[in-house]
Amino acid sequence: MLEVKVKAGVPIPLDVSFQVAAGEVLALVGASGSGKSTLLRTIAGLYQPSEARVAVNGAVWLDTGAGINLPTRRRRLGMVFQSYGLFPHMTAAGNVMAALEYLPKPERAAEAARLLALVNLGDMERRRPAELSGGQQQRVAVARALARRPEVLLLDEPFSAVDRSTREKLYQEIRNLRRVLNMPVVLVTHDMSEAQMLADRMVVIDCGRMLASGSAAEVMIDPAALRGVGLREAGSVLNARIVAHEEDGLTRLDTSAGSLLLPRIEGAAGAAVRVRIMAHEVILSRDAPQGLSALNILPVTVLALRQGDGPGMLVELQAGEETILARITQRSALAMGLQAGDACHAILKTMAVAQDNVGVMQPVI
Amino acid sequence: MDWTALWLSLRLAGWTVIILLPVAVFFGRFLAHREFWGKGFVEALVALPLVLPPTVFGFYLLIGFGANSPVGQFWQGLFGHQLVFSFEGLLIALVISNLPFAVQPAQRGFEAIALDVREAAACCGMSPLSVLWKVELPLAWPGLMTGMVLVFAHTLGEFGVLLMVGGSIPGETKTIAIAIYDRVQAFDNHGAGVMSATLLAISLVTITITFWLSRRVGQRFG
Repeated sequence: MLEVKVKAGVPIPLDVSFQVAAGEVLALVGASGSGKSTLLRTIAGLYQPSEARVAVNGAVWLDTGAGINLPTRRRRLGMVFQSYGLFPHMTAAGNVMAALEYLPKPERAAEAARLLALVNLGDMERRRPAELSGGQQQRVAVARALARRPEVLLLDEPFSAVDRSTREKLYQEIRNLRRVLNMPVVLVTHDMSEAQMLADRMVVIDCGRMLASGSAAEVMIDPAALRGVGLREAGSVLNARIVAHEEDGLTRLDTSAGSLLLPRIEGAAGAAVRVRIMAHEVILSRDAPQGLSALNILPVTVLALRQGDGPGMLVELQAGEETILARITQRSALAMGLQAGDACHAILKTMAVAQDNVGVMQPVI
Repeated sequence: MDWTALWLSLRLAGWTVIILLPVAVFFGRFLAHREFWGKGFVEALVALPLVLPPTVFGFYLLIGFGANSPVGQFWQGLFGHQLVFSFEGLLIALVISNLPFAVQPAQRGFEAIALDVREAAACCGMSPLSVLWKVELPLAWPGLMTGMVLVFAHTLGEFGVLLMVGGSIPGETKTIAIAIYDRVQAFDNHGAGVMSATLLAISLVTITITFWLSRRVGQRFG
């Protein structure tokens, strides 16, 4: 359990407190300059706000009131930096071994090899960072962060320096790693999709203040949070399972709300998938539509309507066991006479789901 | 060929490098990583010997270390001979006048280490000594080495300061550069030529080795 409480005025105003349980991934989301990285650096001991308390599993790492401030090297943590911070003169194995000083010397090489194998870099042990791709460097950084058997894992925009396709692979790797990560994980990101796909909970930060916190679904229906992250980021995550890859290149998924057809997803039949559905891509219809090009039509029930500041409106929908968000105009809602409890249909174009918004988990065996 | 003078110069150069290496590591690192009030003035002070005429610098050392100065009298009481016109006096003069050649490249070397690399080292749980030894020194090495080669070469050629502080006592304070000047004064162009060629060869070899080493380091981390 990680407990963080920060209250500072100068030079960086901060007023944030949150807790992260073991095995839980918390995303700190906000624009650049919002103070989210400063919070992460506070946990690591790389920055000291005027008033803060950081405790991990009951042990106090920082308490400005009590005058406690453990130096970074005494805080058992793993940190993955935005540009990785790898030691350029050491091999991949050397980088990992640098964090293994707590082990007797003869055991370090074997442990480093084990960790590099864990991030699928078993054959790259002897390469230097300059000889590795961006994605491979990031994996070395993850292996090094895990080497210390950290009590807290901190990820500072760890995917921002790699291209899209690599990022998707790394997401998958992090999700797979979660089975062996039994410590609190804090992920700092400006990317809402990244936060929604990887994190259990998120804290939205704007100008050093907490705009909202809670599960992705809770944050997404919070107008205050949406002001921080941008309305176009509003969306919901559906848990699905791959049923089959169809001949025309589409993949059929099964959700508790019904079946979905999406552009081809890499993954075996049976694999669990998280699909992020953007609220502005969802169309609502009272009647079951006929003769429509959209392939995905899910029967839903209106849970709530939330009016925004502008001409738009966020509609919360129950779809099977999931919640879907739709952003429509107030004019449409009025014309349709939508009210909580109404049954209607949510329509989603197959092609409206981008590759970035699909995350495949390891098949459950 | 004045072998005594050459040997004296090499000894002086060697000792200056030995003394300045740790100074460059700690002072260069300190200036690279710390921000403090008056840092600009400290940096200017370190760089001063670069612009100060050697005779002016030598004059102040002669006054400051002379037999009538507190430092000189302290030295006399401790070792029974005066500080100026002695090997130790020359060494102190060389260490001070070579400070910028050692500290500035070292500072640049430490400054070149990315902040996240140093922070990552702390996050790895490495002790400060371990961070210095395993991360910072290997990365700042090209800068440190450049500084040491500059110091070595510059010490061999130092003339003005040494003449002021040391005079030209054979075997004691008469360095190779001063010996060359002596030979020329005595119309012994052959003797001066041999010694000059020796210094030229030593300088060329040291600078070539540095360039070769720093290129290798560059290739390794490129």
